[in-house]
Amino acid sequence: MSAVGRKKITGGSVFVYGFLSLAAFFAIFPFYWMLVMATKPSAAYNSIPPALVPGGLLVENFQKVMDKIPFFQAMLNTLIICLAATLVVLFISSLAGYAFAKFSFPGKNVFFVAILLTMVIPPQLGLIPQYLLVAKADLLDTLSGAMILFFLNPLGIFLMRQYISQSVPDELMEAAKLDGCSNFKIYRSIILPIVLPAFATLGIIVFTAVWGEFLWQFTVLRNPDSYTIQVALATLTATSNIDFGMVMSGVFWSTVPLIIVFLLFNRLFISSITEGSVK
Amino acid sequence: MISTDKQKQQNVPKKSGLSEKTKDRLSAYLYISPFFLIFSLVGLYPAVFSLYLSFHRWDGLTPMTSAGLNNFKIVLEDPLFWKALSNTLIIGIMGTAPQLVVGILLAFLLNLSVLKMKHFFRVTIFMPYITSLVAVALVFSVFFSNNETALANYILSLFGMEPINWKTSEWGTKVAISLMVFWRWVGYNTIIYLAGLQSIPKDLYEAATIDGASRPQQLRFITLPLLKPFITLTVFFSTVGALQLFAEPTVFLGNAAFSRDEAMTIVMYLYRDAFQLQSYGTASATAVILLIIIVTLAAINTFLSSGIGRQRRVRK
Repeated sequence: MSAVGRKKITGGSVFVYGFLSLAAFFAIFPFYWMLVMATKPSAAYNSIPPALVPGGLLVENFQKVMDKIPFFQAMLNTLIICLAATLVVLFISSLAGYAFAKFSFPGKNVFFVAILLTMVIPPQLGLIPQYLLVAKADLLDTLSGAMILFFLNPLGIFLMRQYISQSVPDELMEAAKLDGCSNFKIYRSIILPIVLPAFATLGIIVFTAVWGEFLWQFTVLRNPDSYTIQVALATLTATSNIDFGMVMSGVFWSTVPLIIVFLLFNRLFISSITEGSVK
Repeated sequence: MISTDKQKQQNVPKKSGLSEKTKDRLSAYLYISPFFLIFSLVGLYPAVFSLYLSFHRWDGLTPMTSAGLNNFKIVLEDPLFWKALSNTLIIGIMGTAPQLVVGILLAFLLNLSVLKMKHFFRVTIFMPYITSLVAVALVFSVFFSNNETALANYILSLFGMEPINWKTSEWGTKVAISLMVFWRWVGYNTIIYLAGLQSIPKDLYEAATIDGASRPQQLRFITLPLLKPFITLTVFFSTVGALQLFAEPTVFLGNAAFSRDEAMTIVMYLYRDAFQLQSYGTASATAVILLIIIVTLAAINTFLSSGIGRQRRVRK
């Protein structure tokens, strides 16, 4: 047959590609539409047929966002909170994961199960006392107050324990011990370098979760200078006369950095999800 | 576990008075302590205090007075609580149940060995997950505005349908919020199912083909049972997540969020009691009720979804 290697167009493949393309379109369209609206006057929103091609108000709309909210300050605040939470979680999780993977001590299983059980407590349960605690420590409207809840990450310990028990050979630790290394020196010079790839996974999980966090920040941050980007964006619609071009511009520019990072590291993002939730 | 015997052999260098074993134990306790310290401060203490608060009347300023079960009574007799509960359940079911079906179908298609542009489809379908809930709610709030010319209403008009008041009607708000939930999470679940499909050994299918099993039979007797843990997992997370809905309705409705009841969720009800009405006691009672609901529903759903493969196998 002459048609070797040529694709047969069957009903099945039309369905497969049709369905996947439709799904991809639905996934992408809001991103594209964000861009369109961010470059249009608010009135374009009422035009028939609807605006589907970007306009020329990219700069003007963003100017309006900056008049309304401290955009860069909010992005910076969010970045600081996310980085701090991520670093603290990586440190705490790898240290505890090391203990659970490589040491034997009384109560080990009880402690480990206790850590897993803390995952069941819904974050809203303690919302009021957490708020009172932060208020009492005079940390309302501060970045420390906004980040403190996210230092707690039981999943991180679970992932690190898995990773360390799989990828750090006991022989390596024994050799280091014979050389007189202290336990913490082993952590610093042997464990840390080996777990770096797992840090990428856990780091992405923590960073994206904290980046998108709203309820807690909305509760403890009331002063615009302390806003995270999510809280700042939310205030954009808290007026009666909403400028849609401005709102979409704010959303668009707060999402662009994420899109870029995601497109650069999408494999890592996707594998972090499966590693974080599965196993 | 693995290292115990080995550590026992190493009591050789005793520099300080402590034995190697004791030192290891001390290190281990020291290394796991940061988690427990932080947990007691921002996890355990608040949870216990909430429980305590739920039995007291308190506005945060005047002294606390004991209230017995009164807070629970107030909450459970409040029609708005039941409204919030039913809103949460309706939006939760509409937003997450379709994900199961669509997610599994998408994962199945993405896992086809003949598929071209796999990576492209995977990345695009996953992309909504990187947007924040607030961003999603804002985009959808423009898409689903009450305006007759809003994009959602324009699309409806193409099909000859009447425009919908997406932000003020009983079902308009719920459909819009469910769609947000669906849009943001379906790719995420697809990826988890895909990982599940890829963990199924290929030779199982080969053996089944040799035994004469048809494609649908393979789906029923191999794919679904082996995908079960992944389905159980996503059902668990979806249930817990849906019951905690807050950002989407709050941001979608903007100004009107707490004064309307079409999309008031339990967490919004809790938030309103606590931070707008300063009724910490009833808000804490709501939090305790929420905990009970979450644990119960998560357990039921997990149990039901873990039954998926079992039924199938019994029938064979």
